[in-house]
Amino acid sequence: MTSEDRKILTPAPDAALCPDDLYRPDPENILEVHNLSKHFDIKTGFFKSLPLKAVDDVSFFIKYKETLGLVGESGCGKTTVGRTLMWLYPPTAGDVYFDGAAICDKNVRALRRNMQMVFQDPYSSLNPRMTVEDIIGESLTIHRVYKTKEERRERVHELMRLVGLNKEHATRYAHEFSGGQRQRIGIARALAINPKFIVCDESVSALDVSIQAQILNMFKDLQDKLDLSYLFIAHDILVVTYMSDRIAVMYLGKMVELAKTDEINANPIHPYTQSLFSAVPIPDPVTARQSKRIVLEGDVPSPLHVPSGCAFRTRCPYATEQCALETPPFEDRGDEHYVACWNR
Amino acid sequence: MAETILEVRNLSTSFFTDAGEVKAVNGISFELEKGKVLGIVGESGSGKSVTAYSIMQILSFPGRVTGGEILFKGTDLLKLPDKKMREFRGESISIIFQDPMTSLNPVYTIGNQLDEAIRLHTNRKGAEIRQRSLELIRLVGINDPARRVKQYPHELSGGMRQRVMIAMALACEPDILIADEPTTALDVTIQAQILELIADLQSQFGMAVIIITHDLGVIADMCDEIIVMYAGSICERGTTDDIFYSPKHEYTKNLLRSIPKSQKSAERLVPIAGNPIDLLNLPEGCAFAPRCSAAMKICLEEHPHEVAISATQSAACWVNIRDGLAMQEEAEEPVNADMEGGGSQ
Repeated sequence: MTSEDRKILTPAPDAALCPDDLYRPDPENILEVHNLSKHFDIKTGFFKSLPLKAVDDVSFFIKYKETLGLVGESGCGKTTVGRTLMWLYPPTAGDVYFDGAAICDKNVRALRRNMQMVFQDPYSSLNPRMTVEDIIGESLTIHRVYKTKEERRERVHELMRLVGLNKEHATRYAHEFSGGQRQRIGIARALAINPKFIVCDESVSALDVSIQAQILNMFKDLQDKLDLSYLFIAHDILVVTYMSDRIAVMYLGKMVELAKTDEINANPIHPYTQSLFSAVPIPDPVTARQSKRIVLEGDVPSPLHVPSGCAFRTRCPYATEQCALETPPFEDRGDEHYVACWNR
Repeated sequence: MAETILEVRNLSTSFFTDAGEVKAVNGISFELEKGKVLGIVGESGSGKSVTAYSIMQILSFPGRVTGGEILFKGTDLLKLPDKKMREFRGESISIIFQDPMTSLNPVYTIGNQLDEAIRLHTNRKGAEIRQRSLELIRLVGINDPARRVKQYPHELSGGMRQRVMIAMALACEPDILIADEPTTALDVTIQAQILELIADLQSQFGMAVIIITHDLGVIADMCDEIIVMYAGSICERGTTDDIFYSPKHEYTKNLLRSIPKSQKSAERLVPIAGNPIDLLNLPEGCAFAPRCSAAMKICLEEHPHEVAISATQSAACWVNIRDGLAMQEEAEEPVNADMEGGGSQ
């Protein structure tokens, strides 16, 4: 990210003033998200535009040293959740509390020191004209955390060792590395300023199967070593299950279910979660032959024309009249198992 | 004994690039029986797609088949003139691609494109053609065919487009359907629909299917036989249960340990060390040896030959050959024993 880019990414002051209420987030939670919404205006004609509700009234929290997995199909808004809570997009509505403080335009720069992001595509997320040392060291420069050049270099080398890269390669450019190594560079960059929280947005989906496990295990080891919290966004449910303490499921901008990993796998309540989890291809012939797939009818509706009430009702086998009229509340069904469904 | 309809013998395909010859497929052989489902698994660069393209002879420049035979019901497809091959393509062997967005022509309607395939490959004429198109669209589970044939590809969702591609591939009831990563671009719930459709049509028409994928989950409940490829060679082949429950090649074993296997197990994954292979500089011995924790001296020096392990399974791995011939050869110390998972250089 160059300084030019940063100016563009700094949110416009059109939304979300610091909430002046006296709410204090739970000290156990590193992140609390309350009724977060992000709508984009999509032009449909010269004067016409429609709001695209990428994220609509989503609430959740992440505890310290915890990994929350976020799954859903393409277009369900999981990436937008990650980017909105990093304040890369100013939210349309809702509050985000990070590390005890509400995020707003005034403090987001300071708070971002403790939150970082690892992106999906290790090919386009690294600047091809910068050396590895500059890529990893850039955030150190931005946040002015070193005094001399040598100090910075030392920190970069330390980071490279941490992610399993050879420090002799610090002067190379990104194109000289394989996909897995590039993702390691991206992770070293995210770790540079000692963040407490990292958003991993599809961080392993571009990698080969044999490389995926290297990176997944590294995320786990780094979490133990550096006390990190993760929001782990991915579409691969087996990968998310492996990584996460709790899993949240999104459908068309809404969260439909959130529970502990074992609980949601053993006992999914929302009909969408049930079909999504049953559709996972299991690399085990016996289990695969025995399991019954719940195959959904039809396709996901366009996010520009989300069905009224419960967004899932058009494909739901249990839909009733009530589902079309009212949006189901996202309620705790006991033991932190949240579900938004009228009928289950 | 079932009838063998496709036999690939010693197929080699290379890409002649400016940087040198890239050997994408290195002398592979396999057979496909009538009505069977064969899975080819491998990572990117393992040569699985190139194998399919070689069979269909749709390799793009600078790729070329450099050796071997592809026998379809006894006819060597590689010796056929272009014009003859064009008849086989689509009529006897069809292929569906990974990306349904780019394999349909955006400026023609769905109906137009289906009609074309039917007109070229069957004797149907006039109104019969459109009739058949509508029938095919219904067959692949698309509602309201009369409206769909008038639509353009961009008006359909990804899953729908893949269904149209399948309809087109089935237009002349081929003997073999090759599915090259048919669901990689699709979401999980749509993937389940498409896999179910392929399985349904397979049993309905009794065609043979080759499914090419990098995702072991996709083929676990669909295939009769599986071939595992690495760096252009076949490492191991066997029935689905052979491959998943008693893998013999070190690569297959490692691969299965490195993927999450179910929604329940919390077992820690064991990654495969090292980086993917560079096809420009293939090692002299086994291509997997530089990443293999059980590699011996001979693995680095000599390419292992495939040996039968049971009636259904065979593997090309020196470790098996050593264990099989343990009486004659001293067991050697692994040279990469100190290699830890996660190391990168």
